[in-house]
Amino acid sequence: MSEEFEPNIVAFLCNWCSYAGADLAGTSRTQYLPNIKIIRVMCSGRVNPLFLLNALQQGADGVLISGCHPGDCHYLEGNFYARRRFMLMHKLLEHVGVDPGRVNMSWVSASEGVKFKDVIEEVVTSVKEAGPMDQFRRRQLNW
Amino acid sequence: MEENLNYKPKIGVYVCHCGINIGSVVDVPAVVEFASKLPGVAVSREYTYMCSDPGQNLIKEDIKNENLNRVIVASCSPRMHEPTFRKTLKEAGLNPYFLEMANIREQVSWVHPDRDEATAKASKLIEAAVAKALLLEALEEKEVDVIPSCLVIGAGIAGIQASLDIADAGFKVYLVEKTPSVGGHMAQLDKTFPTLDCSACILTPKMVDVANHPNIELMTYSQLEEISGYVGNFKAKIRKKARYVDFHKCTGCGVCAENCRLAGRVPNEFDELIGMRGAIYLPFPQAVPAKYTIDPKRCLQLSKGKCGKEGPACVAVCGPGAVNFEQEDEMVEIEIGTVIVASGYDVFPMEKKPEYGWKENENVLTGLEFERLVSASGPTGGKPILGRDKKGEGGYEPKKVAFIHCVGSRDKSVGNEYCSRVCCMYLAKQAHLIRDKLPDAEINVFYMDVRAFGKGFEEFYDRVRREGVRYVRGNPSEIYKKSGEEGDHTMVIKVEDTLTSTPLEYEADLVVLGVGLEPRKDIREIIDLFKLSQSTDGFFLEAHPKLRPVDTASDGVFLAGCCQGPKDIPDTVAQAKGAASSALILMAYGKVKVEAQVSVVSPDECRGCGFCVEVCPFGAIELVDENRMGNIVKVAFVNEALCKGCGSCAAACLSGAIQPRSFKDEQILPQIAVLGVRP
Repeated sequence: MSEEFEPNIVAFLCNWCSYAGADLAGTSRTQYLPNIKIIRVMCSGRVNPLFLLNALQQGADGVLISGCHPGDCHYLEGNFYARRRFMLMHKLLEHVGVDPGRVNMSWVSASEGVKFKDVIEEVVTSVKEAGPMDQFRRRQLNW
Repeated sequence: MEENLNYKPKIGVYVCHCGINIGSVVDVPAVVEFASKLPGVAVSREYTYMCSDPGQNLIKEDIKNENLNRVIVASCSPRMHEPTFRKTLKEAGLNPYFLEMANIREQVSWVHPDRDEATAKASKLIEAAVAKALLLEALEEKEVDVIPSCLVIGAGIAGIQASLDIADAGFKVYLVEKTPSVGGHMAQLDKTFPTLDCSACILTPKMVDVANHPNIELMTYSQLEEISGYVGNFKAKIRKKARYVDFHKCTGCGVCAENCRLAGRVPNEFDELIGMRGAIYLPFPQAVPAKYTIDPKRCLQLSKGKCGKEGPACVAVCGPGAVNFEQEDEMVEIEIGTVIVASGYDVFPMEKKPEYGWKENENVLTGLEFERLVSASGPTGGKPILGRDKKGEGGYEPKKVAFIHCVGSRDKSVGNEYCSRVCCMYLAKQAHLIRDKLPDAEINVFYMDVRAFGKGFEEFYDRVRREGVRYVRGNPSEIYKKSGEEGDHTMVIKVEDTLTSTPLEYEADLVVLGVGLEPRKDIREIIDLFKLSQSTDGFFLEAHPKLRPVDTASDGVFLAGCCQGPKDIPDTVAQAKGAASSALILMAYGKVKVEAQVSVVSPDECRGCGFCVEVCPFGAIELVDENRMGNIVKVAFVNEALCKGCGSCAAACLSGAIQPRSFKDEQILPQIAVLGVRP
């Protein structure tokens, strides 16, 4: 490869903590890598495991779910559900041969703009190591 | 995609320059050009400030003239201006939920300096927004009644002021205070800076007012245990702890406390443990309500089951027969529309800074202990006397007094990076009080910087210096006893004068530590009840640092006073009045819009498994019977008043039958489809 591989990562952030944390990173002009594309959901508990699969299928090289710290969920316990689903999905994907470094989860609160940047850097590094994701990609079939 | 829609999309895309905030990084014209070619886009425009009046009018005109049916605004975070642009749509006659925002400021121009990368990402985000917008649905906003009452947590000056304002406006207030008396920290202070008003004199009338106000139900020695519901309709459970004294019979005469076998032997929390009380006590003479309380941990009768040979003296001497050891905690349930959290602060715990010798030496005091020492209602009657014996006799007047700034503030080693805002001035005031009471004392103040920023502060600081108080620039490294000899109270303060770079040693026989303010140790109790967020300093996080300083992310819950961050009394009162006004807006209007983005069930797809019922944190879903061609089957049903739209149900649903409006699978999957594709 002549150029370094730049992964494309889809992130699902909860509205109350992590999305606000990302906003704070912006307001404080904390620069981070542009590999991440954010989709806002109200709660990390909203993230259907299907979303992760779908993102990898569409060609994303990695995914990130980020929510409020355990115990701080705006909806009381949504992030606990998210964590359980994530753990299961993580194991399942590993089982079918997906590099576990592609599938990430973190807790970022509304005041952790700097942590958000750190999370992004970690995730990008880990997905870079995993390389381009082509396992699930829908291919045009040539009959 | 477009062909599957049951309407012909006409989307307007509006890309904001935000002055130069977006425009200086993102190539806005290129993004506009890109957006104009996206499916369903009829209009694609740019403007300097979309949120301004002309910007909004641009959208309104297009909605009317071009018959737009979906609008994308690519600008700042939806957390900032989504309500603004929803209103714009509404005013132009379009359903406000036909709006989708692309966050190209916080997520693009402010964090990605590279023009090409930023422009590419902005385009992608807009493309994703368009993909979602095609599938947005019209939602109906509902209004519910607001119960015209407010719960105020904490009866310090913030809670007292907020309660009085709301009660004076004619609304019911439940004021809940954990300790036996209202007043909070302000009641402990002797004088207030910079005017030297007597703290108790300006506070006690307000304390009496909250107790007597017909619209205020005061619950002291009580604690909020449970809260449920939503803005306008909260239900709270409050535990009224047993005082073991009949509230209505007690006349506050105090004979019980005089006769308590432990009188003068229990450290008094109100006096910061440097004064004493009995097991039955009134925390301080002006306490409101003036009703005695028995400390169940110290009372011999309650903790050991036996008090002297003749039984408890308090029972014997109480004329009205108010003492009642059988009393139990009482649970009270109330319904309120709004909540104000005014839970206050703790002072910095000196255990975290052992090098200042506070624990070992009784002539090293925290600022708050010093307030009690010089207060007329304090253990020495306001005389600055140290080292008295247990009977309150003997002791000495200090001759050399040292004040130390920034103890536990602006100090990363103890985890507090912030400035506590009050210490510079309270130490200046305390130095003045010492000068007043002990004209011959040598007074040294050790400081990092003096921040005299408020009204009259600089003038006061200047006055104190002119009164012969020496300010030495340096942060002491260590404070220790000079000798082990009895009767020698001299402390040595090791410090480097940072103006001359000279290491120095000062002596003092009274050291006052300017301890900073910290979040309360029990702050988690409130966080767990209301799901409030904390800022990095640990205090409660306001909804917006500039424009919504008293609101929280939980609608209907407001903040007042030091629980949101350190502040002095005037700032606290101002914020309390702000919180009261915010609560009053809801209650005076009497109605509030509830979440329109709630979950909805497609009954035909629901198989009645009940997974959604199990995961719903709010108990908003139940299974109901449905007649399906003669067969009675169970299907999920959403109570829209209880649903908050988190979407946990949707992630649990096996068939996709339950979906949160505006965040449905079919609306998020197109976003994924756009963003997932590698550029």
